[in-house]
Amino acid sequence: MRVTTPQQDFTRGIWRENPVLIQMLGLCPALAVTNTVVNAIAMGLATFFVLTGSSLLVSTFKKLIPNQVRISTYIVIIATFVTVIDMTLQAAVPDIHKELGAFIALIVVNCMILGRQEAFASKKPVGRSLLDAAGTGIGFMIALLILGTFREILGSGSVLGFSLFGSNFEPWVVFVLPPGGFLTIGFVLLGLNAYRKRRDERATALSPAVPQEEAA
Amino acid sequence: MTEENLTTDTAQDAPPPPPQQEEASPLRLVLTLGIAGALAGFLIVFVYVATLPIITANKAAELREAIQLVLGAPDQFDTLFVVDGELREELDAGQAPEDFDQIYPGYRDDGTQIGYAIQAAEFGFQDVVRLIFGYDAETQEILGMLVLEHKETPGLGDKIVKDLAFVGQFVETTTPVAGVKVGAGTGAENEIDMITGATISSRAVIRIINNALERLNPMIDAYSGGGSR
Repeated sequence: MRVTTPQQDFTRGIWRENPVLIQMLGLCPALAVTNTVVNAIAMGLATFFVLTGSSLLVSTFKKLIPNQVRISTYIVIIATFVTVIDMTLQAAVPDIHKELGAFIALIVVNCMILGRQEAFASKKPVGRSLLDAAGTGIGFMIALLILGTFREILGSGSVLGFSLFGSNFEPWVVFVLPPGGFLTIGFVLLGLNAYRKRRDERATALSPAVPQEEAA
Repeated sequence: MTEENLTTDTAQDAPPPPPQQEEASPLRLVLTLGIAGALAGFLIVFVYVATLPIITANKAAELREAIQLVLGAPDQFDTLFVVDGELREELDAGQAPEDFDQIYPGYRDDGTQIGYAIQAAEFGFQDVVRLIFGYDAETQEILGMLVLEHKETPGLGDKIVKDLAFVGQFVETTTPVAGVKVGAGTGAENEIDMITGATISSRAVIRIINNALERLNPMIDAYSGGGSR
């Protein structure tokens, strides 16, 4: 197993192993509820809360949970946090809760969250697990924000509800509909991969001594 | 050969079970899940009890606002329950209010009735459209209409909420409402111009209102007739 520093545990999820943009995990909420920036923020925060809470508990009780029932126990923990955040959102921000609808409840089956429990929190100390969960949660939020901003600007001509282009702008409705989610993530990934490829090529050109390692 | 390689690869990827936990007894497995479930249940009940009053208050406030809007700001309103085909002011003991359809008669301060606010829901284009409308039983006119909940297509079907010209048409329309295409109207008082590009959603709104009135009109007649005598 690769040895990492606490700092790496935190930053890894934000960018280098971003759950949505690199690992392609948690795509369902990332595509479904990013039609406006507000929805993206709400979904990001809810997921962040569930992820850090679950990682904290799983990491704390990892010695007590028998291996055979670990997945079920993780799911019980995750589902509890999801139910709590579901009811809290409904009480605190009913409008946003109405918009997000079933997707709050569906955080339970977000594979990114279960993935962090199985791959990290169940093996590492509590502090490291919290750092890892926070980093992954922030990475998820960043990805959702990127998608939400693109889609709201193109699909509604506004950001956070503030109109950008005045009344002459004809909204590109497809971007707030499901196909717009797929289109947006496609273009974002295209840009991201083009950037990474060019960066790798430049790194190879600059340091010809270690080309194989860079390529791998 | 290839297949064998694949299996070995997968087996190596899977996390090795922690050796000290291999002999967990069935009792321990059940206990772990049982305790986790019990704690989870306790926490959820706690949050449920804490948030329920706020959620109920939010919903009541939303409904009150909607009634204010569709009845043109009544000074007060009552709640009537639809029970076995008639309107009742009180429920029998043990009957839960949320089990029955409710309509809300609104009054001015001097006691004159403005009309009834009626909630109704039926299938629209994508999902159930829930709306509330104000209805004056004497003139059989609609006083106002507000869509409370819908999942119609953004940009097309959601004009039943956002197109204020469409929503405004319902004020003082006589019932039963008839939907007509834009420009095809004859100027009759029960006509509503449907939204171009949102015909099904517009039609759904009209159908919801007409069906609700067809169902409730006899009850309203019976109720107000009995009340005035």
